Amino acid sequence: MIAAILSLGCIGLIAAVALGFAAKKFAVEVDPRELAAIEVLPGINCGACGFPGCAGYAKAVIAGTADLNQCPPGGAEVVARLSRILGVEAVVAARLVAVVLCQGDNQKAQLKYRYLGLEDCTAAQKIAEGPKTCPGGCLGLASCQRACPFGAIEMTEDGLAVISREKCTGCRICVAVCPRDVIRMTPYESAIHVLCNSHDKGAAVRKYCQVGCIGCHICHKTVPDAYKVEDFLATVVYEQDTEAFEAIAKCPTKCIRDFNEGYPEGSTFLPLKNDKSDAA
Amino acid sequence: MKLRTFKGGIHPPDNKQWTSHKAIEDCPLPDELVVPLSQHIGAPSVACVKVGQHVAKGQEVGSAKGFVSVPVHASTSGEVVAIENRPHPFGTSMPAVVIKPDGEDSWSYDMQFTDPGSLTQDEVIDKVRQAGVVGMGGAAFPAHVKMSPPPEKPIRTLLFNGVECEPYLTSDHRMMLEESERVLQGVALLQYVYGAERVVIGIEANKPDAIALLQKQCADAPVEILPLEVKYPQGAEKQLIAAATGREVPSGGLPMDVGVAVHNISTAAAVTDAVMLSRPLIERVCTVTGSAIKEPKNLRVRVGMPLSHLIEICGGLVEEPGKIILGGPMMGFTQVGFDVPVIRGSSGLLLLREEDVVKSLEGPCIRCARCVQACPMNLLPTTIAAYARRNLVEETEEYCAMDCIECGSCSYVCPASIPLVQSIRHGKAAVIAKKRKALL
Repeated sequence: MIAAILSLGCIGLIAAVALGFAAKKFAVEVDPRELAAIEVLPGINCGACGFPGCAGYAKAVIAGTADLNQCPPGGAEVVARLSRILGVEAVVAARLVAVVLCQGDNQKAQLKYRYLGLEDCTAAQKIAEGPKTCPGGCLGLASCQRACPFGAIEMTEDGLAVISREKCTGCRICVAVCPRDVIRMTPYESAIHVLCNSHDKGAAVRKYCQVGCIGCHICHKTVPDAYKVEDFLATVVYEQDTEAFEAIAKCPTKCIRDFNEGYPEGSTFLPLKNDKSDAA
Repeated sequence: MKLRTFKGGIHPPDNKQWTSHKAIEDCPLPDELVVPLSQHIGAPSVACVKVGQHVAKGQEVGSAKGFVSVPVHASTSGEVVAIENRPHPFGTSMPAVVIKPDGEDSWSYDMQFTDPGSLTQDEVIDKVRQAGVVGMGGAAFPAHVKMSPPPEKPIRTLLFNGVECEPYLTSDHRMMLEESERVLQGVALLQYVYGAERVVIGIEANKPDAIALLQKQCADAPVEILPLEVKYPQGAEKQLIAAATGREVPSGGLPMDVGVAVHNISTAAAVTDAVMLSRPLIERVCTVTGSAIKEPKNLRVRVGMPLSHLIEICGGLVEEPGKIILGGPMMGFTQVGFDVPVIRGSSGLLLLREEDVVKSLEGPCIRCARCVQACPMNLLPTTIAAYARRNLVEETEEYCAMDCIECGSCSYVCPASIPLVQSIRHGKAAVIAKKRKALL
């Protein structure tokens, strides 16, 4: 009994000394500013900065190879705190948020066929270019919702993705996931958008969607500076959109919407489907 | 006697009784033929005719671009009315040559019979390439590429695939019964090119008439007719090799790595036409079947005939189909309309009634491992699918998703109705996209 206690105690002691010595001798020196920077960053490893995760970006910032404002999810606050760590002046980039440029849900836009496959927009897009007749509209299979690390995207009952302007951090993951390129980055200050992504001619759009842009130029004629029409699709010129609201009421298909005026009104959102069940 | 087969697999109801006894019928020409320029694996061919030009039957309308590519030919004589993007069986719009038949149906040249004995191996391969012959089992891989293995990988066994394990389809079965001479001539030509020691024609045991006929005709020839157990996917290349030779194609490898070449029996018939008659591949046998068609038939169709025309010839629809599949039910391509054309790889057109389309609600995996037992490639479908659904690309690849042959056995047996093969296919696309990105 005593022999066992003694021998184990000795082994423990020797191991403790060896470990303590190794910890001192082989310690890797880390710039304390780097540790501080990792603390400051959001820690979601979204990759929007272009570096391998938050730690990679922190290292690059301290090494001086990256700018302070490359972390969209962190926003102005992270820039300010990083600049305090480095002792430099903060340069804040304009905040961008993602917007789904479509409001043609399953009620308003026509379907080409009934899709029965995998619940994933990329998979659906491979079958005859997607179940929606519109070549650019939201497919509503929630790939962006599942990809969003911030829970900023909700799906309406009728199959349309809507991104919360407040929750969106601008990480662009949804932009990369969407196979139809219907999600765009827009300045946070601009709440008025043309919610359509179809470059088809007006007559074609009318056939398959009640709320699509028909390229009639009325918005451009009303406020020439704030709207431009290219390939039968109007877009807001975000740099000079102060007068953009004037055209909202004049749009014949009601596809110009102001997100500050309660868009999308009257929609019921579905709870997030948990796709992380055991096998599939 | 126990029949040879592979490990794993499933036994779906074969539903071949509707057409297996029906002789091949010639399908009359429609008002318009849409000949897609991409009908094969590899680089699409490039249009070499102009709008308004008159083309003869068998004239080249698209020339091959690169080695892994084949030319495309006019399926009948007529006028080229358009060269534009048209809906394609693979799901997107792709460039196609639209021909308005003139009714003459005249060949572009006088028929010349060639004595195959006077041709060298390379000349045979060249004739096959010029005729645009592709694998007719469904994948449509250019035959001349398969016929030119590198010298360090000699072909010892030449396998012919008369298995036709997909339910519903009977086109290969009818080919073997009605055109066995064309098939066997092609077998002899391919044997001449490869110089293989052993030639085997694998046929599933559910076609005893075809087995008996070919055995009789090959009594004096050095060709072995091998009856195989009825099991899906017996006709998949790697599974057929396992059954016939007992060898396993290494992961990521090709049949030539184990000294085997596999061709479909319909491809052999097309090789005969290409070499003996200098005729390009412009027609094939296509089984039009399913519960939603009035009169199921085996039709000899021209490349470019729209599906709506085939349906019309088969007496029309019983009701609006719930599912349209070009190819077999397990591995065919789902279609969304009847305006797509038949292509060189289309072995069947399956129309199912709404009530025959099984739609069950997906449940959680209960770890029963039926998919693992059914997988003919010895993969773990449930694990790969789970990784693929979470977009974990590296793990998907690590669990050998790229070895999946997408036979669908896993989805078929899954008691929880998890879309396993669909998820794995999605994951494979992600792996390929990642590799392509890494190359750039």
